[in-house]
Amino acid sequence: MARLGARSSARSKGVPSGSELFALSTLGLLAFFAVWYGVASSGWVPSRFLPGPVVIADTIARLSDHPYAGYTIEAHTVASLQRFGLGFGLAVVLGVPLGLLMGWYRWVDDVVAPLFESVRFIAPIAWVPFAALWFGTGIGGPILIIFSGAFPPCVINAYRGARQVDTVFVEAAQTLGAGGLRIITEVLVPAALPSIVAGLRVSAGLGWQSLIGAELIVVSSGVGYLMVQGQTSLQTPIVMSAMVAIGVVGFVIDVALRALESAVQRSWGVEP
Amino acid sequence: MFTNVKRTFRRRDQEVLALDDVSFEVGEKEFVAIVGPSGCGKTTLLRMAAGLDFPTSGSVRVGDREVSGPGPDRAVVFQQFALFPWKTVEENIGFGLRCRGMDADARSRIVASYVELMGLQGYERAYPQQLSGGMQQRVAIARSYALDPDVLLMDEPFGALDAQTRVVMQEELIKLCRVNPRTALFITHSVEEAVYLADRVVVLTRRPGRIREILDIASVRRREGWDTHDRIEEVMDLESFVHLRTRIWRLLRERQEDAAPAGIAVKSA
Repeated sequence: MARLGARSSARSKGVPSGSELFALSTLGLLAFFAVWYGVASSGWVPSRFLPGPVVIADTIARLSDHPYAGYTIEAHTVASLQRFGLGFGLAVVLGVPLGLLMGWYRWVDDVVAPLFESVRFIAPIAWVPFAALWFGTGIGGPILIIFSGAFPPCVINAYRGARQVDTVFVEAAQTLGAGGLRIITEVLVPAALPSIVAGLRVSAGLGWQSLIGAELIVVSSGVGYLMVQGQTSLQTPIVMSAMVAIGVVGFVIDVALRALESAVQRSWGVEP
Repeated sequence: MFTNVKRTFRRRDQEVLALDDVSFEVGEKEFVAIVGPSGCGKTTLLRMAAGLDFPTSGSVRVGDREVSGPGPDRAVVFQQFALFPWKTVEENIGFGLRCRGMDADARSRIVASYVELMGLQGYERAYPQQLSGGMQQRVAIARSYALDPDVLLMDEPFGALDAQTRVVMQEELIKLCRVNPRTALFITHSVEEAVYLADRVVVLTRRPGRIREILDIASVRRREGWDTHDRIEEVMDLESFVHLRTRIWRLLRERQEDAAPAGIAVKSA
């Protein structure tokens, strides 16, 4: 306990504390809104090109009562989140075990790596034609695209985590009489967990970005779709409201996963 | 236990002989320490007994059985403790018992008794990284002892501890071994530690590791009444202790000087 205390106080010397950080972040946001407001209300730019923050706030409020493009902004967001959950979940469920197996078994690595290493450079958006061709406007299309964004970081980080497991843990477990399955579930997976969780965070970010790309093209609900509809009817405030929703949701997802990540690092005794 | 054990490693297409013709036996409930210069293969010997490494030729037996792999009958205490950071103190100590399929009630009784024996009360739910090095090694020793192993294998268990903690742990280990004697193989590079703890000390030479000499400490300990002293510094002041220590130092040094040119040649190769 004493050691942990000493460590965190040493860190606080160089880096701002929690409340200072909060103050700095708030200051940054306020400055941003001030400049935005100033430029938008100055008349230099036509309000169709850059609506001001007040207009956006109004639009968001209106969109949450009055359905636009079929749904309210909340319903669009929920639709997006459901797709995201499915695609991201699938990427985690398939990607993490695959990465772990590649890390533990050389032959799996040899079989999978060449394919994986080339496919992962295909941008998620490049799957759009196939998503449309294979799934039409069904749920499969966006899931494929989110999956293609979220899958590689899951694999890579699980792989890295599996490779970095200190053999002394495995040896200790063996000498204590643990069998193969127990070593996997109680030693190898927990030992790789900090890296896996770090991967989830990257993966969720990429997945969420890819989803919006997908929704611009292949679906008829969701915040991406809302954006496209706003654009086709030249309603810039609606486009921007959708952007705000995308940003806020992405931020919330990242904060949640960052909390998970630091919780794991803390209880594992890993320095963040 | 060890008969004509030889172990070679391949290093950059070159065969390196690490251990050569090592034979010795550890008696029932006997505490044997192995000392030798670093790189003499003492850890390799212990890993062979644990079933984590295997001889190139010769055999390693525990009881009547040739060692074929790791098992809970031979508990290992590692220098880096090797506690699972994602498990609490209790869970670490109980891990081996759980592997054995013991039910939760019986397990928690045994865990509690070792928590008490090792003075870990109040830290049951702590995680290893929240403890000091000495406390962590107590947990590791408790984890090994809890399995009631036939053989206890300790690889420089106190090597990572500071000097004071090390002394305390040495005193506690000797008490533990008096209450609860085990067949034990103990690796160390500290001559004092070996003489203080062991019944017999095996002195190895520099690479390739060969047995230089095996010294009987137990008879001296009994004759000179070392066990009547509770503190390590009192024992270390005794003439009989100093005598043994000096003898081992001399054995180590002789070989080191003989082997020095060869050692340099190996390095440059």
